[in-house]
Amino acid sequence: MKNLRVLLTTVAATAALAACSGKKAVKPPPPPVDNGGVTTAPAQSGPYSGPEALDKDSCLRQRVIYFDLDKTEIHSEFQAQIACHAAYLRQFPGAKVTLEGNADERGTRDYNQGLGERRGNSVSSAVAAAGASTSQLNVVSYGEEKPVCREHNEECWQKNRRVEIVYTSKQ
Amino acid sequence: MHTRFITRLAALALAICAAPLFAQSLTLEIPNGNASAIPVAVVPFATQTGAPGDTSVSDIVGNDLNRCGQFRALPKADIVESPARGSEIKFPTWRLLKQDYIVVGRVVDSGAGEVKVEFELYTVGDQKNLLSSAIAGQRSDIRGVAHRVADAVYEKITGVRGAFDTRIAYVTAKGTGNNASYALMVADSDGYGPQQVVTSRQPLLSPAWSPDGRKLAYESFERGSSAIYIQDIGTGAREVVSARKGINGAPAFSPDGSRLALSLSNGVNPDIYVMDLGSRALTQITRNYAIDTEPVWAPDGATIYFTSDRGGKPQIYQVAAGGGGESRVTFTGDQNAKATISWDGKKIAMSQGNKNMYHIAVLDRASGSNTPISTGNFDESPSFAPNASMLLYAATEGSRDVLYAVSADGRVRQRLVLADGDVRTPAWGPYRQRGQ
Repeated sequence: MKNLRVLLTTVAATAALAACSGKKAVKPPPPPVDNGGVTTAPAQSGPYSGPEALDKDSCLRQRVIYFDLDKTEIHSEFQAQIACHAAYLRQFPGAKVTLEGNADERGTRDYNQGLGERRGNSVSSAVAAAGASTSQLNVVSYGEEKPVCREHNEECWQKNRRVEIVYTSKQ
Repeated sequence: MHTRFITRLAALALAICAAPLFAQSLTLEIPNGNASAIPVAVVPFATQTGAPGDTSVSDIVGNDLNRCGQFRALPKADIVESPARGSEIKFPTWRLLKQDYIVVGRVVDSGAGEVKVEFELYTVGDQKNLLSSAIAGQRSDIRGVAHRVADAVYEKITGVRGAFDTRIAYVTAKGTGNNASYALMVADSDGYGPQQVVTSRQPLLSPAWSPDGRKLAYESFERGSSAIYIQDIGTGAREVVSARKGINGAPAFSPDGSRLALSLSNGVNPDIYVMDLGSRALTQITRNYAIDTEPVWAPDGATIYFTSDRGGKPQIYQVAAGGGGESRVTFTGDQNAKATISWDGKKIAMSQGNKNMYHIAVLDRASGSNTPISTGNFDESPSFAPNASMLLYAATEGSRDVLYAVSADGRVRQRLVLADGDVRTPAWGPYRQRGQ
């Protein structure tokens, strides 16, 4: 059942790829050329001009995915965000992200780490399904240890139930 | 009575907070008393010239006896006579004050930086001498000496070993984002004498004591992802024992100290493992698509209790320490998590409630009775004292995390509050092996 959900999520993510910020569907870059042990990366080809797109592109600048209480399913409104980051990672194979999973304060700290990891893994699967390599994706769960909001109400908890996409290497 | 008591404590706390070393000291409050507690008069101890006069040994003893919930120390203002030894006690006075027991004593300077506390315990009713003893220690450890006096009195009256002369570990947190700082702290069981064990810009959590009280295992994110460290408290030396992909969390030493239970996700989902600390070999104990975490050992080392959401919501389960025989333990309450086990294995305390409100409850395994012992909305991380007379737990007040100590019957609570920042994930240490 859980696997089915992940599958549906990833199918949705792949479908959303084409709809990302009005960009055209991304063509996969040609595979690297092997020159007797020397691997050369192909010239950049894809929708993005370079790492500066991370600061300028309105889709790539969105790097937080929010979740419902105790849930790990990704809402459709975040599919475009997942798709454009996947496209960027595919275009720049040297780029790497850490997906930081977080939970709200309710429940115990150790349990919430597990919940944060589930969310991180859910985003990781979706980004991979949308074209990024799993070697570019790292999941860290902070559980409830890194809240962005400290009030005890749903408005605040909503902001804390999140996965943050953090680039550790841009190209 | 309590107003006076709190005033006295506040003055004491203020005096200690004045010293820069104690900038992180905890303050004490007693929000509710216990009318059924045993009345005991702890007469201010006579102080010889040269003995430390700034710390009142009898105040510490009285406070210890009060906060465990089983005793009610006579307020200082009601103490009208000051006998320093048994022969000086006028028993009719204390009978009039409806006291069951009386403690008298003397603080003696034994030179070379040492003090000796001589004390006597009497019953008021039949004027019987139950205890005449002396405890010596470093002058700088006068609070430790006082806790040992309280332990001796507690054990003589209840027949159970006292646990006042113990230490607690907890994590403090200040700031958010790039300004966040975390510290793993160790303090006396009443919150005095806090010392930093480790500090980090990244989260620290889940401290667990080794059974000899010399080491702490904890989870740290200082490497950018979670890892479990074991640190010698005395020397500060430490090592990483687990830094696998994903979560390395919730360490718990086995009762004999040879193994460490922990929760490892390997990047997939958390299961319970046991690590042999000699060989570092891992044995997987649970294998489930659920979140399995927060393992704790039964006192005999044969069973591990843990939290799992395999039934949909977190509940406490048990499993044989070598794996197998998994069964659910908690059935009261929508959710139960983060168990702590009493020394005799008869009681399990945990965080219990639903997703929006939870408190600490104690489950008596023999009778199945389930007793809430805390009143907050977000109470978690209970930790039994080694004699199970009290528990520590973490609570939330406003936007702040604070610690409470509560008597096992829930009747007496004491708040341990940091000067600033949050205090969380308390762990009550084992009986102290002196020399530490």
